[in-house]
Amino acid sequence: MKISDIKELLEAEVLCCEENIDCEACSACGSDMMSDVLAYVKDQAVLLTGLVNSQVIRTAQMMDMVCIVFVRSKMPTEEMIELSKNAGIVLMTTKKRMYEACGKLYKSGLVGNGEIHG
Amino acid sequence: MVTVRYMDKLIKFEFDVDGTDFTSAGQASVNVKKHLRQLGLSPEVIRRVSIAMYEGEINMVIHAKGGKAEVNVYEDRVEIILRDTGPGIKDINLAMQEGYSTATDNVRSLGFGAGMGLPNMKRYTDNMEIESVLGEGTTIKMTVNLN
Repeated sequence: MKISDIKELLEAEVLCCEENIDCEACSACGSDMMSDVLAYVKDQAVLLTGLVNSQVIRTAQMMDMVCIVFVRSKMPTEEMIELSKNAGIVLMTTKKRMYEACGKLYKSGLVGNGEIHG
Repeated sequence: MVTVRYMDKLIKFEFDVDGTDFTSAGQASVNVKKHLRQLGLSPEVIRRVSIAMYEGEINMVIHAKGGKAEVNVYEDRVEIILRDTGPGIKDINLAMQEGYSTATDNVRSLGFGAGMGLPNMKRYTDNMEIESVLGEGTTIKMTVNLN
């Protein structure tokens, strides 16, 4: 699924790196615990989270993630947007809640990491 | 950051990990990732080294008020050494169990402290050794093989 499809499905607003919106996302992960993200995510994934701090961006950067979606209209700080720009990670915010946002993406074919890698 | 070239290793990076600012935690790992890319290592190796070091860096900030990180790149492996002078780990076997954590609620609210740090470091490396003395500090040495 392309990041642009995720934007449409979640009616999300893109906050930075819009030039990468045609990149492909292979899986998704919804979590506010960054250590869980670091344990289980692989390959061009999208992170959905309600957590707002710089470590969200660094975690995604370490995992080579392509996009972060902040749920419940959460907004990253300017510092986070700068970090994300440097890493080329698309940041988005959506009004949808975590459960609904994950459900919409899953229903549209974007599977969880466990279903790809076991 | 200090970068030194030695005869017996391709390259060595050294960093001071600032333990006073959670926001900046992870900067050393970001730097290492950048340098390893420049050295042309495989994306999988770079990812494993970066994640293991990042978890270690976060641990140093959360538990030990910072410390020193050293990354040595050899022909056949990358070695990460993290040294702190924090309180030490009371029971290493317990600390290695997924879900066990002594982190505060404040740390959990920041997205860490789920008891996954040390297990993740072990998961992403080929070898991990922990030396810890209560009241003196902890040294963790991790190795990721290149082949």
